Amino acid sequence: MSVKTSETLTFECETGNYHTFCPISCVAWLYQKIEDSFFLVVGTKTCGYFLQNALGVMIFAEPRYAMAELEEGDISAQLNDYEELKRLCSQIIKNRNPSVIIWIGTCTTEIIKMDLEGMAPELENEIGIPVIVARANGLDYAFTQGEDTVLAAMVHRCAERDSYLLGDERNQTVQNQALQDSFFFPGNKEETLEPIMNPKKDPPLVLFGSLPSSVAFQLGLELKRQSIQVSGWLPAQKYNNLPLLGDGVYVCGVNPFLSRTATTLMRRRKCRLIGAPFPIGPDGTRAWIEKICSVFDIEPRGLGEREEQVWESLEDYLDLVRGKSVFFMGDNLLEVSLARFLIRCGMIVYEIGIPYMDKRYQAAELAFLQNTCGNMCVPMPRIVEKPDNYNQIQRMRELQPDLAITGMAHANPLEARKINTKWSVEFTFAQIHGFTNARDILELVTRSLRRNNGLEDFGWTSLVKRGK
Amino acid sequence: MKLAYWLYAGPAHIGTLRVASSFENVHAIMHAPLGDDYFNVMRSMLERERDFTPVTASIVDRHVLTRGSQEKVVDNIIQKEKEERPDLIILTPTCTSSILQEDLQNFVDRASITSDSDVIPADVNHYRVNELQAADRTLEQVVRYYLGKARRQGKMDRSITDIPSANIIGISTLGFHNQHDCRELKRLLQDLGIEINQVIPEGGFVEDLQNLPKAWFNFVPYREIGLMTAIYLEKEFGMPYISTTPMGVIDTAEFIRQIQWHVNKWTPAFSNKTVDYEHYIDQQTRFVSQAAWFSRSIDCQNFVGKKAVVFGDATHAASITKILAREMGIRVCCTGTYCKHDAEWFNEQVWSLCDEVLITDDHIEVGDMIARVEPSAIFGTQMERHIGKRLDIPCGVISPPVHIQNFPLGYRPFLGYEGTNQIADLVYNSYTLGMEDHLLDIFGGHDTKEVITKSLSAETDLIWNSESQLELSKIPGFVRGKIKRKTEKFARQSGITNITVEVMYAAKESLST
Repeated sequence: MSVKTSETLTFECETGNYHTFCPISCVAWLYQKIEDSFFLVVGTKTCGYFLQNALGVMIFAEPRYAMAELEEGDISAQLNDYEELKRLCSQIIKNRNPSVIIWIGTCTTEIIKMDLEGMAPELENEIGIPVIVARANGLDYAFTQGEDTVLAAMVHRCAERDSYLLGDERNQTVQNQALQDSFFFPGNKEETLEPIMNPKKDPPLVLFGSLPSSVAFQLGLELKRQSIQVSGWLPAQKYNNLPLLGDGVYVCGVNPFLSRTATTLMRRRKCRLIGAPFPIGPDGTRAWIEKICSVFDIEPRGLGEREEQVWESLEDYLDLVRGKSVFFMGDNLLEVSLARFLIRCGMIVYEIGIPYMDKRYQAAELAFLQNTCGNMCVPMPRIVEKPDNYNQIQRMRELQPDLAITGMAHANPLEARKINTKWSVEFTFAQIHGFTNARDILELVTRSLRRNNGLEDFGWTSLVKRGK
Repeated sequence: MKLAYWLYAGPAHIGTLRVASSFENVHAIMHAPLGDDYFNVMRSMLERERDFTPVTASIVDRHVLTRGSQEKVVDNIIQKEKEERPDLIILTPTCTSSILQEDLQNFVDRASITSDSDVIPADVNHYRVNELQAADRTLEQVVRYYLGKARRQGKMDRSITDIPSANIIGISTLGFHNQHDCRELKRLLQDLGIEINQVIPEGGFVEDLQNLPKAWFNFVPYREIGLMTAIYLEKEFGMPYISTTPMGVIDTAEFIRQIQWHVNKWTPAFSNKTVDYEHYIDQQTRFVSQAAWFSRSIDCQNFVGKKAVVFGDATHAASITKILAREMGIRVCCTGTYCKHDAEWFNEQVWSLCDEVLITDDHIEVGDMIARVEPSAIFGTQMERHIGKRLDIPCGVISPPVHIQNFPLGYRPFLGYEGTNQIADLVYNSYTLGMEDHLLDIFGGHDTKEVITKSLSAETDLIWNSESQLELSKIPGFVRGKIKRKTEKFARQSGITNITVEVMYAAKESLST
């Protein structure tokens, strides 16, 4: 079989009429990750109703987030923003006593030009706890990019590494805590007493991106096998354990949507960015570790075997996906990494829709995608930035992919039209990083294929009335 | 600013979108930033909708913020008209576009020039009305628009149908059990020999709206959506309307009597017969609905004086309060609604049926009230269900806001005679669960994991005397086995072979310490 392959990746840009979650949804996973935080979303009923519906049952668990709901008086500036926010924040401190309050700016605060960045330092002084501002609004960002804005804002709050090198003891404790936090499960005290590395010999490495603590632990362990110590994570489990940053600190991202954070780390904190593919899938994880090793001049050990083992253990799932086609509608920026992994699994990717493509930050991942397509002898998929969902559905009607990875707005209607779907949101909440979790990705990808295998014979696959 | 964790009613545009997407072949275009189209997710997930939700966003991004939408909205409207050929496009403002103060009417006027579809802007203020008020307003706006259009084109036919007929106004997508209620209402009206002229907005076509005045009367099952339309039609066309919600045996009968009155006003003009539904009401009440019988049965006797709290939208909270108090003899300690705009009506409906009334949209206030009152059951929204979980009080969900489990696949109307059965089940199940929990608690928690004997059969070396056997038989069936096992376990541990009533009590005491 001859497959026509184009040499380079093609990028297209459509109208941007696509469905995705509002970036304020990042509070859902970040408030759980940063245990002593409180997220205050400064917005309207529209934002509140979204969070309430998107987060479902989490809302009943006394979450550490709330809306500062703007009323007509706030919009028309009859009320004093500063006094209003002070009142709400004092209430939050009284009830929850958080270590940090994070204000999430929304579309409304942008439009009425509420000066959150200006008010935060003043209020911080007055109420005595840090107030961080992240503008995670739908005017500028999509879904997971919300986390990017929060982490970029946190970069400024990380202590300077120099002071540590000067032997400041207070910071040393902080450093120790950060280590304990990212590497060891709570209660595993003995191991945390290991001496920390010699900062002069091993250059410090800080990883950025919010991951469940077990996944962060697994990735740290993989690097430890290569004698690389992770000196900190952004974000850490506790706000007070933010990593030390500064000139000479190496940083590496674990998620493809963190380009602002990466830029801020480089420009504002003089960190050195390791541009690697992302540790999603065994191929990605290996490439990620290899890239870090190469920066630290370490010869990776046993990585090839480790990857091979994981692929072998996936064989039952691979049988299901081989030769099947996928269409990414695009809504969470994980699309390129997932597509690359699925191509390596033997699937054919027709289209990679993606809200926003930072070609510099994702450069290594894009090159890896291109290589993978070459190695697997499949055509390069088209990458569609700011897709138009209507056009995509027309394209899908022609292509009839075996699987569409799509948002929840389109999943049920596509299923009713004989197209298997997987909700893309699940990839953001599931554990998909590292060697250990490759199986989970395929578990998600194959779910509707496995379910529908049993249903095919009944003959009721198309479930819409004629003409719709 | 207000610190808010939870909202009972959504923002205004949700109401507009619910009405727009309920109609057939109507498309809504939201003037909104990226991510505000989660209405599509709600509809697709909660209603398990098979078709694409006819809602798109004309995205407000950074460029729009600096330069205005310019051609973008107009282009999007025209584009959608070409793609889907809808009868009507409703341009929907969101909180964002409200403060941008862009002239949506101007966009609509420009788009109307080239578009074959009708185009109107939804006339709702985001900061003054909520989801329900906006839905009510939008439905009226659409009806007014099409009746006005028919009048201008001289297509208005003012005659009424030959046989009695009604419009059902206010059935909509994402409404609480609306699909089931609609089916039940159609059946009820059919039983009464009344033709359904139109159901709006769900499944209706805007081109048919000009025929609304052909009906003899209008019927608004839920106060929240449809009342404005009914009032408009009464004012413009002299069409009477019924707004009594046929929920519960008494109100259903009342509803049918009102129909009878309206029908008998006109029937003499067509035939000499008048209708009398009393026999029908009597038959349905006594034999089709089980609720009347249920209130006499001993099950329901156990409810006498039991405490309940009710909270929800105005329609459901008021109707359920009436059912609990009048039909089941349950003591409603507090009833309330988050429909603050309808507080006066609500107070009037429930004033003699409960101890206190709570009008608020703050769920914390509702939670505090429930904690203070300590009812044996709650009838409320999903929020009250969770409050109930925390306080260990059972809750039946009777009103939106709701979760996916409140969109059941099976037939579960709240209205009409079948509705009375469903409600009776709901109430009964809430309380028995509550009682069961209570009894389990008295007798020492949930089932033990320790195996006492190897078999479950009654083979045992222990002897129960006649008194203790009698005592055991008094314990309700569903916990009896458990009490027996617990007592026997205690007896074995204490080296007792003869079980007396004293031993039973001692066993119970040993468990409670």
